[in-house]
Amino acid sequence: MGVGNTGKGVSEFVDEVRDRLSSPSGQELFALLIVLGIVVLALDLVRRLATGEMAFGRLWRYTWNGLVDSLYIALAAIGLSMTYSILRFANFSHGDLVTTGAFSGWAVAWLIGGWGVYGIGELVLFSPTAAGPTGGELGMNVLASPVAILVGLVAAALLTVAIALAIDRLVYRRMRNASGISLLIASVGVALALRYIIGVFWTVESHSATASAPILEEIPAWLPFERLNLHELTLVVTAVGLIVGLHLLLQYTKLGKAMRAMADNKDLALITGIPTERVIFATWSIGAGLAGVAGYLIVLDRGQFSINIGWFLLLLIFAAVILGGIGSIYGALVGSLVIGLTINVSLVWIPADLNEIAAFTLMILILIVKPDGLLGGVETA
Amino acid sequence: MSGADPNGDPETDTAGVPGDEEPDEPEESSAVIRPEWRSDLLLVAKVVLATYVGFFVVGVLSGAGVNATIGTIQSITFFGAIFALGALALNLHWGYTGMFNIGIAGFMAIGAYTLSIAVASPDGSPAGFGLPIPVGIVLGTIAAGLAGLVLVIPTLRVRADYFAIVTLGFSEIVRLSVQSRSLREIGDTAYGTGGGQGIRATPVDSVVGWLFDQPIVGDVGGVLIVLGETVGIASSVLERGIYTLVLILFVVAFYVLLTRIAHSPFGRVLKAIREDELAAKSLGKRTDRAKIAAFALGCALMGLVGTLWMGSRTHISPDNFMPLITFYVFVALIVGGAGSNTGSVIGGFVFAAFIFEGPRFVRTMVRANLGTDFPRTAHGAFAELGAGDPSALIGYVFYQQADEVRYIVLGVVLIVVMIKRPDGLLGHRKEISAGVDLSRRGAVADGGRPALGSDDRSDAAGETDDPAATNGGDHDE
Repeated sequence: MGVGNTGKGVSEFVDEVRDRLSSPSGQELFALLIVLGIVVLALDLVRRLATGEMAFGRLWRYTWNGLVDSLYIALAAIGLSMTYSILRFANFSHGDLVTTGAFSGWAVAWLIGGWGVYGIGELVLFSPTAAGPTGGELGMNVLASPVAILVGLVAAALLTVAIALAIDRLVYRRMRNASGISLLIASVGVALALRYIIGVFWTVESHSATASAPILEEIPAWLPFERLNLHELTLVVTAVGLIVGLHLLLQYTKLGKAMRAMADNKDLALITGIPTERVIFATWSIGAGLAGVAGYLIVLDRGQFSINIGWFLLLLIFAAVILGGIGSIYGALVGSLVIGLTINVSLVWIPADLNEIAAFTLMILILIVKPDGLLGGVETA
Repeated sequence: MSGADPNGDPETDTAGVPGDEEPDEPEESSAVIRPEWRSDLLLVAKVVLATYVGFFVVGVLSGAGVNATIGTIQSITFFGAIFALGALALNLHWGYTGMFNIGIAGFMAIGAYTLSIAVASPDGSPAGFGLPIPVGIVLGTIAAGLAGLVLVIPTLRVRADYFAIVTLGFSEIVRLSVQSRSLREIGDTAYGTGGGQGIRATPVDSVVGWLFDQPIVGDVGGVLIVLGETVGIASSVLERGIYTLVLILFVVAFYVLLTRIAHSPFGRVLKAIREDELAAKSLGKRTDRAKIAAFALGCALMGLVGTLWMGSRTHISPDNFMPLITFYVFVALIVGGAGSNTGSVIGGFVFAAFIFEGPRFVRTMVRANLGTDFPRTAHGAFAELGAGDPSALIGYVFYQQADEVRYIVLGVVLIVVMIKRPDGLLGHRKEISAGVDLSRRGAVADGGRPALGSDDRSDAAGETDDPAATNGGDHDE
């Protein structure tokens, strides 16, 4: 207002700035604010480290936890991103595939761990009565019963794939040409039915499946750890291995090429003679398999779980997928990294019960600025 | 439900039904689409009556007892009203405007928490402001509307499925915030959300009791209570019943408000946005403004529903606002058929009766017939089944796990409706965005009001049957 009489130069400048800030640049302004916020936080972090307000070790611990979290989020997010790009709907039942993996895998692991000693029902249902064994008594850790844990891992993947394929046949195949929103609503129904069918058998109470994790105290000096949790290490190694394997599959096999083609343009893929139903089969198999493994590994890492494990994870997975941009598996990996680090590194500033709020807020903010996600331009590659 | 639907034709058939609340233009040959109050009311009444009779007969025959059956019918009515309110509010978003909002629980939470903080006693922990309940309800409604406004303005351009996830994320942000320990008491003040323990406040249904203490109303109330006690109804039951009546009045108010909106020029813009936002915009409609207004209004109504529902408890906590609540309302709307206010009311009621209360009623019947001595785990149930006692399994599933059964039924209904009848029970009544009946072109010239803007578009909208076009205009693939 008051600058009107200070000369033409200023008012031109003001006009220019106003031009910049008008129509399309509402988003730019918002992006600027977000970047500014991140810069301020980064500077504050440096200050805290410099003044010793926060120990470097604590920051490293947050970062490491963030990396671990981002790995299992990534396993689940890849599957969600694949179904999103190939079947073209937001699958709200994906979180419950994670739950399915956790329950089915650990049921098998317990069955093997306690075979012949305890009753089948007691083992499969994780000791519903006080008389049953605990995870500790069964020796459910990677050193004491590696075979049970490994077979459980494979079973988690296979059983989850079987259930996902059965659901596809029962529900989604009848809706191949329905709109994305109809499929989304149906998937909410699938999510509820699947979760509470599990709930009828295993109840809604929380279970504890594993023995306490073995800790390696003697570690080569070049590793930045004082001690190593072997269950966490198993999670990291398995997840990284699966992600690399998937990368090779998508890049170097015909199936991978077909999947990428179908994600890119379904009609064109059909015309070119790509067997779409077979690609959908592969999509569910890979997506559900990874989700099942994710659920199994989370339980290995945390020990405690209930039927809500996947549902509570679902929104974080969605946040990761959306941040990365739908259809891009590498985007999903980047998104998972961002979300995993956000929920942990944000602990520097906010209390632990607000960290998921930070992740969800970040998701909403980035969607406002880039409605197609961070790597929205990149197609499945 | 009640097999004979009086409206075989879509709602566009206005002949012979001069709306009884629509005083202007009673001529019968008009092609202007007007709400059909009478036939819709009849339809709702039929469904409600059939459900009551059905539950009563089944309840009495199965030996659940008259009292338990009446109790079930009362809670069906209460929850039917609640879900009808929720579905009506959601219908404004999803049915009319095509905005896929799955953050209903969050807006309800904002309404209910605002109410509780406003009316809680100043000496409580956390403290409240001790305001009168009506003020609290208004504040709660306004707060939810403002929250909707803040959320929708920046996210207008987000795709439909992303918008869904944004709203779900928002409702989780609200829930996690009120649950957080750091907001239990904000700053150094005594005010706050109470964290996981929630807030204790005077429930809104205490208004009924308060009314009974007033001079004239109280005399009538006193007579009612005496009458009730002679028939054998406790005064608390009577008060609950009167509160349910208040809710039904709200349903009527919502219904009238939303039907008025739907048949106004503003409502036609909303429907045009649902069918094709770009076309509506090309015709010079301010679609952004309409979407913002519709979303904020719907959120305010959701906040009001939150205050009326959760406010009727003495205590609210974050657990009352799990995302499941959202899906309750969604299923109610989808069962009834998005896009129809009458469908929303019927859907809310049918949902409350058969999905929400149904499993509990089965539980009551199981208890009456098989007792309560059932195994507590699936292991025990299957062990007894193996020993030749199938009632143990029935009891385990329908008695011990009645809540789980409810959610399974909820999920299965959602799936079946989406596969078999994606438009819901009354989906064929989805209103088009035209002001006049397009199937009767000749009549437009003499009887019709000048159609507003969106009528070009509704040529296509009138014929549309494919779900892609009816489900959210802003979802571009």
